[in-house]
Amino acid sequence: MPVIWRRVVIFFVSLVPLAVLFYKAATNHLGVDPQKAVVLFVGTWAFYFLLITLSVSPSKKIARQAWLMPHRRMLGLFTLFYALLHMIAYFVFILALDFSSFGAELIKRPYILLTIPAIILLIILGITSTKAMMRKLGKNWVKLHRSIYLVALLAWVHVLLQVRSSYADAVLFGLLTLALLGVRFYWWLQKKSQIQVLYGKDLSRRQ
Amino acid sequence: MITKNSPDISPSEITPEHIYRARRDFMRGTLATGLLSSATFHSRDLLADPSYTAAEANNKGPEWLNQQLAHAKADTQKLTEALTPYDSVTGHNNFYEFGYDKTDPAKKSQNFKPHPWQVEIAGEVGKPGKYNLEDLLKGIDLEERVYRLRCVEAWSMVIPWVGFSLASLLKRFEPASKAKYVSFVTLKDTKQFPEQKSVLSTIDWPYREGLRIDEAMHPLTILAVGLYGKALPNQNGAPLRLVVPWKYGFKSIKSIVKIELTERQPKTTWNQIAASEYGFYANVNPAVDHPRWTQARERRLPSGLFNPNIIATQMFNGYADQVANLYKDMDLKKYY
Repeated sequence: MPVIWRRVVIFFVSLVPLAVLFYKAATNHLGVDPQKAVVLFVGTWAFYFLLITLSVSPSKKIARQAWLMPHRRMLGLFTLFYALLHMIAYFVFILALDFSSFGAELIKRPYILLTIPAIILLIILGITSTKAMMRKLGKNWVKLHRSIYLVALLAWVHVLLQVRSSYADAVLFGLLTLALLGVRFYWWLQKKSQIQVLYGKDLSRRQ
Repeated sequence: MITKNSPDISPSEITPEHIYRARRDFMRGTLATGLLSSATFHSRDLLADPSYTAAEANNKGPEWLNQQLAHAKADTQKLTEALTPYDSVTGHNNFYEFGYDKTDPAKKSQNFKPHPWQVEIAGEVGKPGKYNLEDLLKGIDLEERVYRLRCVEAWSMVIPWVGFSLASLLKRFEPASKAKYVSFVTLKDTKQFPEQKSVLSTIDWPYREGLRIDEAMHPLTILAVGLYGKALPNQNGAPLRLVVPWKYGFKSIKSIVKIELTERQPKTTWNQIAASEYGFYANVNPAVDHPRWTQARERRLPSGLFNPNIIATQMFNGYADQVANLYKDMDLKKYY
């Protein structure tokens, strides 16, 4: 399938969760407490998209599936999209647009406070995701976009701090996040040791 | 019976205001004319309320209980807030023994067997022992109590329980003067409660709750055996659950198998999990936040998506007139 078609397909598939949400809302399938259901639903999908985005490069290196690489930017932008929906849903449905109490809420609830740097970083990554920005930022672009790892950790702590009756969600998201960050850490260690080996050879030659 | 958990709650299913108002007017009328004792569920069947109809269709209580429920006295309180419809009361539950999603209890409690049932009365009482629920309820007059239920998670409902005062039961077992607290324990049975096997649960099963003796003896404190005029559905804590309307919902322990009167304050489940978040008292208090969310407001369910029913939470859940004196010299920020 040509890349352009794949792009169209991935775009619409990524909108399926939102379509499901609209369908549930329109047919009263969001349960008795729909506000909370919406906040949870879009928040969960933001995390899923974050994990999908983070699995693009491992799927290329480990499973030799490179076809997702050209779509990584879109998947990342959908992460931002669902994260923004999560934030807006929180403002509308949980805070009831009572922004006078938002400051106090931020100070008192660490799990809400830590979403601020996460969402700011996601917005910055979204804005700098264009080809023009890649060219402009050069090497720094890669460095900047590595902050997605920090966003993943913040998102996981956000889930962990809300554990009440079950660790199931925190463990699920924790294991997936750990695996995707862990494999990168492993590659980084490998690369570092390779450099050391080369450097060591250099030294021995000089002596 | 299959308590089908239908999430479809159309506005038409919510008890229309004119019906519940008529019901209240009707009950007040019976009160005014001195016919109170005869105002039972039989006489109220005249009023077509879809929630009562749904409760009747889903009822699977044993015959002896149905008999007693049919003669329950109507509520004479003046709570005029709309009742939460049957589908919401039975479709949105925290009953972690069945699962962690609000819809799990309705889906996964269908094979639960609340009858026959035994309750152990233990501790500082004159007549300890294990009793059949049927025997425990013999001679007890059931009554309907329409109470607000405020969950610690900031949602709330208005529920017509059928039950009896805990005090009337406890007195029959001759509490000793040493009895300062009452502790309650839920059934532990991993076959019937699948989540009691879960390794990811934060809860140390079985679920436990407790009250101070004066709270337990308070006339508002009831043990419920019914809902909307019929036997309590499994997901709501069949066959016997506590209801303490001025405290957060988690105090209202479900499927009780043991009631023990103790000299010392008993351990309670949520307090053991996170003492900084869930106190022993757990009185509804808008001025004391849960560390992770405000308790100043609540979502009165069922809530529409774009007409959120967010209301201010009342001190002691609106029962301050009756219960504030129980805590008059206590710092409620310290004893939350």
